[in-house]
Amino acid sequence: MSHQLLVAVLILSPLIGFLLNGVRFKHTNYIAAGAIATTAVFISFICSVLLFLDLVNAPENQRTIAVGFYEWFSVDKFSINAGFVVDQISSIMILIITGVGSLIHLFSIGYMHHDKGVTKYFAYLNLFVFNMLLLVLGDSLLTMFVGWEGVGLCSYLLIGFWFNDAAKAAAGMKAFITNRIGDAAFIIGMFILFFTFGTLNIHELNALAPTTMEASWLGAVTLGTLMLFIGATGKSAQIPLYVWLPDAMAGPTPVSALIHAATMVTAGVYMIVRLNPLFVMAPNTMMVIAVIGAATAVMAATIGLTQYDIKKVLAYSTVSQLGYMFLAVGVGAFGAGMFHLMTHAFFKALMFLGSGSVIHGMHEEQDIRKMGGLKKYMPITHITFVMGWLAIIGTPPFSGFFSKDEILWQAYSSPRGHVLLWVAGAIGAGLTAFYMTRLMALTFWGTSRVDKHVHPHESGSLMTIPLIVLAVLSVIGGWIGIPHVIGESLGHIPNYWEHWLSPLIAKMPEVAAAGEHAAHSAVEEWLLMGASVSIAGISVLTACLMYLKNTDAPKKVSDAFGPVYKAVYNKYFVDEFYFASLINPLIKGSRNLWYYVDVNVIDKATYKTTDLVRGGGSFVRSLQNGNMQQYALYVIAGAAITLSLVLMR
Amino acid sequence: MLLSLLIFLPIVLALAVTAWPQKTTLRYLALAGSIIEFAVSLVVLLQFDKTSPALQLVEKHMWVERFGISYFLGIDGISMMLVMLTTFLTPVIILASWKSIDERIKGFHASLFVLQTAMLGSFLAMDAILFYTFWELSLIPMYFMVGIWGGARRIYATVKFFIYTMSGSVLMLLAIIFMMRLTPEVTGGSISASILDFYKLQIPFIAGDFFTPQTLLFFAFALAFAIKVPMFPLHTWLPDAHVEAPTPGSVILAGVMLKMGTYGFIRWVIPLFPEAAEHFSWLFIGAGVVGIIYGALVAMIQPDVKKLIAYSSVSHMGYIIIGLFTMNSYGLNGGLYQMLNHGISTGALFLLIGMIYERTHSREIAKYGGLASALPFFTIAFIIVTMSSIAVPMTNGFIGEFLILLGSYQYSPWVAVFSVTGVVLGAAYMLWMVKRVFFGPKGEIVLAAEKDSHHALYDLSPREVLVLVPLVVLIFWMGLFPNQFMNYSKTSVDYLIQNKNQYMLLGAGER
Repeated sequence: MSHQLLVAVLILSPLIGFLLNGVRFKHTNYIAAGAIATTAVFISFICSVLLFLDLVNAPENQRTIAVGFYEWFSVDKFSINAGFVVDQISSIMILIITGVGSLIHLFSIGYMHHDKGVTKYFAYLNLFVFNMLLLVLGDSLLTMFVGWEGVGLCSYLLIGFWFNDAAKAAAGMKAFITNRIGDAAFIIGMFILFFTFGTLNIHELNALAPTTMEASWLGAVTLGTLMLFIGATGKSAQIPLYVWLPDAMAGPTPVSALIHAATMVTAGVYMIVRLNPLFVMAPNTMMVIAVIGAATAVMAATIGLTQYDIKKVLAYSTVSQLGYMFLAVGVGAFGAGMFHLMTHAFFKALMFLGSGSVIHGMHEEQDIRKMGGLKKYMPITHITFVMGWLAIIGTPPFSGFFSKDEILWQAYSSPRGHVLLWVAGAIGAGLTAFYMTRLMALTFWGTSRVDKHVHPHESGSLMTIPLIVLAVLSVIGGWIGIPHVIGESLGHIPNYWEHWLSPLIAKMPEVAAAGEHAAHSAVEEWLLMGASVSIAGISVLTACLMYLKNTDAPKKVSDAFGPVYKAVYNKYFVDEFYFASLINPLIKGSRNLWYYVDVNVIDKATYKTTDLVRGGGSFVRSLQNGNMQQYALYVIAGAAITLSLVLMR
Repeated sequence: MLLSLLIFLPIVLALAVTAWPQKTTLRYLALAGSIIEFAVSLVVLLQFDKTSPALQLVEKHMWVERFGISYFLGIDGISMMLVMLTTFLTPVIILASWKSIDERIKGFHASLFVLQTAMLGSFLAMDAILFYTFWELSLIPMYFMVGIWGGARRIYATVKFFIYTMSGSVLMLLAIIFMMRLTPEVTGGSISASILDFYKLQIPFIAGDFFTPQTLLFFAFALAFAIKVPMFPLHTWLPDAHVEAPTPGSVILAGVMLKMGTYGFIRWVIPLFPEAAEHFSWLFIGAGVVGIIYGALVAMIQPDVKKLIAYSSVSHMGYIIIGLFTMNSYGLNGGLYQMLNHGISTGALFLLIGMIYERTHSREIAKYGGLASALPFFTIAFIIVTMSSIAVPMTNGFIGEFLILLGSYQYSPWVAVFSVTGVVLGAAYMLWMVKRVFFGPKGEIVLAAEKDSHHALYDLSPREVLVLVPLVVLIFWMGLFPNQFMNYSKTSVDYLIQNKNQYMLLGAGER
């Protein structure tokens, strides 16, 4: 098959799935709906694999498949094609989206089978995959933006899927509007870049980038990339626009796995990696990204320590892990950021689906205080969840270890890194290990606190098979990117990941000058690795002690920290702050604006004008009242005035 | 002859519906007539050469010889798009009024057809007096439409509408007469009201002096158009007119009549007074930015759905004004495209609100809630149109808004930065409204409908589907293949910019 056809099938298959389910959205046959949707995504997955294999077989310098379909629109010097690129970076993304996507579709058949809106659900899910593919494959920032907004729309529809619940509908709306703030900045970013480089084509931008090194904060590249990054903070839930993601858990759990963990929320990271030659030229932007990423990683992890809703814990964990990815790209470790994006997609999708299985088995219960000891009832969910847990806390040799370790090492050793960034990352790692262990202990281990009327059960095979596949990926997914120091000591295992991406990753000028890793020794790397693993280990032990042995310890700790605990538990009152400082004043101000400007100024002024005209009219009218004597007076007065004028001249 | 046919066929139809003896088949006659009219406009579209910026299908006959007034019609890419919009929306409106208008249907359809003539005439007249005639003619049927078939406060609203627009136009008439008196300079002695002769005039402009002819003439024309658009702060007639107008009136008002204002800027103001337009562009762009933000904020807090959409029009028209006054290719093309988009998406929103009003007789947002479960197909249509209105990519709205913002960035980055807030605020007021009307627990209206079979809510009827499908198709067609539409107008817009630049060079050379 020609590449053009292959890409067309890849993109259009989920769209067709959407239309097939969309036109019959009232049907409740979950098998038919699920089969259509899953097949549609699976066809895309096959196309992705074929494209990927073609790339692998191509010579290293020709690993780009670019296809164009038609000119979307053009005005003057601005021209955008409906064009798509499959290269080393986007091929990985489409494999994740369609691969993990297929598994989540499969899982959904089991999870949503009792829902009346199941056909609509699958239609939305397919529409999402379609838009996500547009996002990652688009060959220009604008085509990427099409998918970027499109996934936001699908996210809106799916978060508010059970729209009869006002809170859920509100969560969807909040997600869309918060994202729109980022999108507005993204648009400005595109303008800055377009008027600087004369193009929005990603390949061309990257080719033009290397001559634009900027030290200033106000340079076009710095401002442009900074604006794009603000867009990324919306989509990828970073400070200060992360507030929508925890609320987004209102959607069905597989949606949280697909959209709010594995794919959509990583779009910001992907966008930066995509444009890495440009971002490298703006060290100030990179610094902001690294700092925001590190801050988000730690902040979200602290909130994760206190939450009791199983999905909320995972949501804050996602925000935190995304922070790691931004930390990575912020210090110039683009490959490591992408690597963590992939491993995170495996283990976080696994854990979200696992939580879905738990919620399903617990009859819609999400509060982990009412769980405990579930390992007995849900052996497969438990064992797969354990794999995810080991991966996220960075246990060697699970996938999360390699990606997270690479990020931490780069945060320290990269010329754009800093020891404080490493410290933040290590603290975050410790917190992660703690809250994830807490989650495991409260959900699966220890004594059961399950309500007598609830009978937990293991989910069916439609749901457990995806869990098993993802669990395997969570274990071995990291082995393709084994760091050099470990690879060397194990006998020359190459870092396939780094090698695969390297043609598209720009070298920072500093590195190019100094030579790679010249300033840092292998000993340092081993030491830091040991340190982060130990921190995680100690956290796991502490959490086990607190939640399995001394079960009244958590209460003592939270009491001891009273107000601090309360602030953290309530997510630092950020939502409340936004409402008080921004949203409420805006609504109140708008009421006043309408009342004073429209009603009291403009309309009043109009009335005054018409009154004036009417007053003038009635005055003139009163002059001609039919009274003969009065008319005679006018004649005499007129004659007198005329006469006096003539005489006085 | 084709353009005359296009303009006057509706008048014939107006006479025909008035004389038609049978009430039951009258609507079919009107619908068939409006579809034939649309077909005529398609013939014009086919005959139109989009590669040429010249006026095409020109008809010119002397009308009042003594004053140089001629019956002068012509079409270029800019008019072409707006003509299509007008002829396309009319059958949709007739079909939409099938149930909602059941009193004086003869008068209603006659008014609608006269209005169509007036609007088409305004877009095709290339003689200033002829243009003015059509321009003013459009007021009368609209006045009746709101005044007779409108809501409770219809008289207040229609008088307000009439007086606002009329007072703007009077100054324009003065300006036209003043310019006609100048034309002997360029025609070799005779007076002329032809736009082509107007274009040749070099009206003196001095930047620092407000009381120079070009500046005064510029403001006289601009005021008339600004009221029609309407531009902040001249917009307060619009929410009243919209709320009181019957659905078809609102659709034609938002869909086409507001565009007569923006069209006036492109056709008359910018080419005739380019120096003044450029010199005062900041004023109009400033008003546009204020309009975007003000309209959006005020829309957000409206308790009435229709008023909310009316204020959203103020916001959207702010974008269009900005696009036009950037006077660059992105802004003008985007502005022109956005005129079509606004006609389609806001027109569709008014149609949808009309449909729901027919069922529930309420437009109060607070009384709704949970409508989505009761009316799923209606909800889908509403959300698609909402996406177009808030400019989600792949819908038509995105292309227009993006190009306008791009043009505004070229004009000044700050304009783009302020205007782009409309992207956020637009999503905020529309989605908040959608949430309160369609989502959440069942509101008063849905509960009442469940209890009382008299007020039962029923989903879209086949007729209503027929009304909405063409609009939805256009929303995606124009969003996915914008070049197919924009190619008709690009040449004319480029020509306009080029002429404007040339004029300004000439002007500078002479001084």
